[in-house]
Amino acid sequence: MTTTTEAEPQPRPATGRGDRVFQGLATAAGITILAALAAVFVFLAIEGVPGIGKPASSYRPLESFWPYVGRLLFGTVLAALVALVIAAPFALGIALFISHYAPRALAVPVAYVVDLLAAVPSVVFGLWGARVLGPHLVPVHAWLDEHAGWLPFFAGPGSVTGKTVLTAGTVLAIMILPIITAICREVFVQAPRLDEEAALALGATRWEMVRLSVFPYARSGIVSAVMLGLGRALGETMAVAMVLSASPVYTLNLISSTNPATIASNIASSFQEATPDKLAVLIATGLVLFVFTFAVNFAARAVVARSEQRLRR
Amino acid sequence: MKSTLVNARRTHRGIVPATIAALALVASGCGAANDSGGSDDRGSLAGGESLSGTLNGGGSSAQEAAQGVWRAGFQGENADVTVNYDPVGSGTGRENFLSKAYSFAGSDSALSADEGELAAAKERCGGEDPIEIPAYVSPIAVVYHLDGVDELNLSPETIAGIFDEEVTTWDDPAIAATNPDADLPDTAITPVHRSDDSGTTKNFTDYLAKAAAGAWGYDADGVWPKQSGEAAEGTSGLVAAVKSGDGTIGYADESQAGGLGIAAIGVGAEFSKPTAEGAAMVLASSPRTEGRADVDMAIDIDRTITDSGAYPLLLTSYLIACQHYDDANEAALVRGFLSYAVSPDGQQAAADQAGSAPLDAGLADEAAGIVDEIAGK
Repeated sequence: MTTTTEAEPQPRPATGRGDRVFQGLATAAGITILAALAAVFVFLAIEGVPGIGKPASSYRPLESFWPYVGRLLFGTVLAALVALVIAAPFALGIALFISHYAPRALAVPVAYVVDLLAAVPSVVFGLWGARVLGPHLVPVHAWLDEHAGWLPFFAGPGSVTGKTVLTAGTVLAIMILPIITAICREVFVQAPRLDEEAALALGATRWEMVRLSVFPYARSGIVSAVMLGLGRALGETMAVAMVLSASPVYTLNLISSTNPATIASNIASSFQEATPDKLAVLIATGLVLFVFTFAVNFAARAVVARSEQRLRR
Repeated sequence: MKSTLVNARRTHRGIVPATIAALALVASGCGAANDSGGSDDRGSLAGGESLSGTLNGGGSSAQEAAQGVWRAGFQGENADVTVNYDPVGSGTGRENFLSKAYSFAGSDSALSADEGELAAAKERCGGEDPIEIPAYVSPIAVVYHLDGVDELNLSPETIAGIFDEEVTTWDDPAIAATNPDADLPDTAITPVHRSDDSGTTKNFTDYLAKAAAGAWGYDADGVWPKQSGEAAEGTSGLVAAVKSGDGTIGYADESQAGGLGIAAIGVGAEFSKPTAEGAAMVLASSPRTEGRADVDMAIDIDRTITDSGAYPLLLTSYLIACQHYDDANEAALVRGFLSYAVSPDGQQAAADQAGSAPLDAGLADEAAGIVDEIAGK
């Protein structure tokens, strides 16, 4: 990733009209996206801030904004974490399989199919999760309730419809799988060939080779892949709204009928019948999600930067 | 499959199209003004014939199917008329009516006097009392999915207990008492409620609060008052959730309950299943809300009725309009459309295709009489 750092005075490249036009277009694109992001933030702030102090009836069945958004934020993080816990090991495994284990004839189609998952609209995932996956996971819920009920996550009673955080997290995991897999795969492929061959030449098994020469090199890439997946899981709307049976609660119980909603899914399900007061409240929750996602991305950047520094040493 | 598609479409409206919807709303509002203004020179529209222009209304999503039927019927008779009904929800529908964006609104609850809506509507209608007519009446069924139990009788107190999560298994003595012949399993009960703000929930909780005599400790509310339990979005989502589980119970428009067990609810000493006649009977014998004008047919549904065959768990959705409009053409359009909606034809069409209960003759005549007086200033 780090290329030559010597500051050799380079000869000034020739510039033509095409260069100037292209530079202008590229600059304009960059500025536009920044402006759009700023505009979204301004919109959320202007429309949302009044939503913090609306009459109690806007927060039914709760009474004020912070308890209302607190439960939603908790649900958002919970569902996203469940998704990450399921998706990250899978994605690493798939990426490694494609880059280092599978024969080429198999690696290409597998990579293609995983990428294809990203093209499925989230509404379709939602329908599938609510109507197919949920009911099929009911026995899993019952089993977890019976055998792992001592864990707070599986306190039960197991849902009979399967519309739980566990199911929602599973659907989210499938949705974030392609992005994590794709990035990890690219990073693994770029692991220095010489390092790998050196490890093998020293008598390392293939797993040891991967552990010694691929993972250290790919660490920052893995972290950013997982963080991108987390971002997608935090913001996912329709699939969660359609799958989850939501109530305004704090609970770690992943398998009961009573689950906290996520911010985005709550906006989707409440928007339809929202009065202007309620709309302001919903936009305010959107602002909270925006700030939170921003903070998560910021933290992820910091983590990646630090691990890259460590790698360079 | 149809219901899932509808659900997907409705929920998909969610986030991003919010601004688009708002824009469309503004645009259609302008459209109404222009259209009706442009055709003003048609002068008196005495016979109600040769109607033209665009009529904008919106509100209750429960009325959406019925409104579609009425629109099709009304536009079929008046080829130059376009009726738009935006199922944005009752609250937003009322707000848009008050702000004059809509010529009429559909609402699952009458304009509230306490929150100043009635006064605002009076102001919107040039100082006159607004018209409120019940146009869409639908019995709400208590639906359940329990293998081996085809007939179920539940008293209001038991229904309250089940939805309050006090009665937790199907072989509970409270259920067994009213179902001596049924072979009740010890399956856990999973009550399913609506996760969105809905008129169905409001009417259901109103019923529990009034009919279950203290067994239900919450007020009528469109948002489910308890903070736990299985929740599902929209009528179709709720029906799907009840269908997919075993031992589930929920509440939904009777017309949407296909394939599920429907419980008979305790009325007096008997048990009634939801029927159009039973709902119409309750509506006809319920008192009017006090302090309303003659043109305001707001009804306080008598949830504790004891007449044989009556079914007091029902949803009434109103059409809200003004007695007089500044624009004669707008008035003619509102009059024509609302007349059709409450006419025997319109009510029967809605009953056939949207599963509502037709108004009984007395109420329908009264509503038709009120609507006939709508005129331009």
